[in-house]
Amino acid sequence: METKNIMIVGVGGQGTLLTSRILGGIIQAAGYDVKLSEVHGMAQRGGSVVTFVRYGDKVYEPIVEEGQADVLIAFERLEAMRYAHFLKKDGVLIVNDQRMDPMTVVTGAAEYPEDILGTLGKDHKVVSIDAMAEAKKLGNSRVFNTVIIGVAAKNMDFKEEEWLSVIEKTVPPKTVEINQKAFKAGFEA
Amino acid sequence: MAKQKIMLGNEAIARGAYEAGVKVSAAYPGTPSTEISENIVQYEEIYAEWSPNEKVAAEVAVGASMSGARAMASMKHVGLNVASDPLYTASYIGANGGLVFVVADDPGLYSSQNEQDTRCVARAALVPVLEPSDSQEAKDFMKEAFAISEEYDTPVILRTTTRLAHSQGPVTLEERVVPEDKPYERNPAKNVMMPGMAKKRHIHVEQRMNRLEEEGAGFSINKAEYNDTSIGFITSGIPYQYVKEVCPEASVLKLGMVHPLPKKLIQEFASKVDQLYIFEELEPVIEEQVKSWGIACTGKELFTRQGEYSANLLRERVLGEKIEGEAYENLPARPPILCPGCPHRSTFSVLNRLKLHAAGDIGCYTLGAVAPLNVIDTTLCMGSSISSLHGMEMAKGKEYIKNWVAVIGDSTFMHTGVNSLMNMVYNQGTGTVIIMDNSTTGMTGHQDHAATGKTLKGQEVPAISIYHLCKAIGVKNVVEVDAFDITAMEKAIKEEVAKDEVSVIIACAPCALLKSQKFPNKCVADSDKCKKCGMCLKPGCPALTRNEDGTISIDDTMCNGCGLCRQLCKFDAIRLEER
Repeated sequence: METKNIMIVGVGGQGTLLTSRILGGIIQAAGYDVKLSEVHGMAQRGGSVVTFVRYGDKVYEPIVEEGQADVLIAFERLEAMRYAHFLKKDGVLIVNDQRMDPMTVVTGAAEYPEDILGTLGKDHKVVSIDAMAEAKKLGNSRVFNTVIIGVAAKNMDFKEEEWLSVIEKTVPPKTVEINQKAFKAGFEA
Repeated sequence: MAKQKIMLGNEAIARGAYEAGVKVSAAYPGTPSTEISENIVQYEEIYAEWSPNEKVAAEVAVGASMSGARAMASMKHVGLNVASDPLYTASYIGANGGLVFVVADDPGLYSSQNEQDTRCVARAALVPVLEPSDSQEAKDFMKEAFAISEEYDTPVILRTTTRLAHSQGPVTLEERVVPEDKPYERNPAKNVMMPGMAKKRHIHVEQRMNRLEEEGAGFSINKAEYNDTSIGFITSGIPYQYVKEVCPEASVLKLGMVHPLPKKLIQEFASKVDQLYIFEELEPVIEEQVKSWGIACTGKELFTRQGEYSANLLRERVLGEKIEGEAYENLPARPPILCPGCPHRSTFSVLNRLKLHAAGDIGCYTLGAVAPLNVIDTTLCMGSSISSLHGMEMAKGKEYIKNWVAVIGDSTFMHTGVNSLMNMVYNQGTGTVIIMDNSTTGMTGHQDHAATGKTLKGQEVPAISIYHLCKAIGVKNVVEVDAFDITAMEKAIKEEVAKDEVSVIIACAPCALLKSQKFPNKCVADSDKCKKCGMCLKPGCPALTRNEDGTISIDDTMCNGCGLCRQLCKFDAIRLEER
């Protein structure tokens, strides 16, 4: 199998690392070689963060580079735009329809781009979801990242049961049920 | 079948230490090395500690090695500078029980103040360096490092980089094998480094490095992969993965030991390939040596000394491919920021209002250098805020620093800041030092230290009182202020800066991300009372945004009710509500 390239991008503190743990779990359970690469340290404090996931028969490089991502999962609109050029021509861009102003916008040094989804839609195959709204419907805004995983799962090779099983193994026991519900909300959206 | 697990590079290093029978591990946290110690904690068989700094950690490891046990110290690249005093002489003393320093470089500067190359330090200190290229090797090379350390009577550096440390990959687990401790025998000729002894040990060091250079050619961690011989690469670590990704047909000499270089193996490889590339991140350490042996090769002519490498770099520079995909232009940058409810923001907002300059230090609070806080003027290295402020005073006089303070975190103060404070007192400075005590090592992800009252292993211990420590050093003016009480903070800063004596203000409030922190309240904006003045926005809390009509919204998932914005509002338009 040709190596698959997934990227998860977002804002430090949004919980992208949990997503990569769940992805890593499902890939390993399927028996592929896998490498994940993530950002720790200073960028985790509200900066732009990126996680790379690669899997296949044999994986060398731990990062995904420009023009190579099969799936790009963005937790925030501006971050989707920042990394969109990492997508392959036929790659899928999954965007959580949420705006978080970076400090450069808050201080007035820069402007948050207008109509990001429209711009991205012209150049890429875009699937968007308001994951925060879906999570709030379930009564727990914190599981919005699992909703996003559900959306991403539809565009990947693994079965729903496999996802639910790896979620059960990865999240804290008390939160298994709500996370599985959140996954389904994304998967069926 | 052997058990396999996906492991972070740092987790694999910890596992390697466990399997190698390590008994003592010491470290000071520093990205990207921190998770090594955090993972070693799970192994009850290993004594593991946070030391106050890397010098102490290295010395703890040396002592344990002298006693006959396998021991290690881990640190980031700049931490090795702090530990370089013990390193250079531990090189002479060598090892009794195996001695390994794990040192993590940060090409690309993800979380560091410089981009130095540990291999340069190792060459100067005459210490061998191993460099793994994935999580599996990270584990395996730890065991190799201990074996080499004991066989060649030397400390060994295991060099990693951020990409290796923070990448995950499958690792095959093996059992822990604890070698019998080496007997301890009093041996001043080896363990007491006075001139007479050190002269003789220097001979050993030279012989050892020569032997390693010779015998390294036969080490299984140095391997030549011969394929198409029209192109050959000499590489190591993560860059090896880029070579395999882009040029799977090329011949590759993968070096597991990057110092000393296995000269014969390199000469042989070079003789068999037509075009030889040296692909190494940061400094041309391999390249310059290979060129000095009269071997033609290409390295930094094509590949930069800056930042992290990538497969695309090879595609462009070696294969001449154009990289597809154009980035959208002029997007707003998203630099890291202080968290909502961060006590540093509160202290900085006061300094900003008073138009004071701050000599800064290493920690989350270094972010006080950028907009909108713009308080920190200087940052050099761990502990330097206090000493550099002192230097300014000695150059320009005490009046010059009346609009200056030094700011330093609790962990950084315990690391080396305390030495600088001793100096300021001893040499009759008059500076004002703000110790931003958030009860943890924040930036690296919340590690304990000597003033938190808890060890790496989670044991409750008496906390060193920063207040009494400052008093004991001889600081007469030591005041503790709640970091979130901006009125009290302003008063304290004005008073202490005016004094012609050293002052310490301890700005107390725990890091908002500490698990023990509970937030019963949140701030809520009242748009009817809001006069749209923007005072509350000044400190740059990410929970606050301006609405289109100029009033304020506060994101209740982010806000933890620290109340800084509320204190800044002159119109009572922000109230505190229970969650």
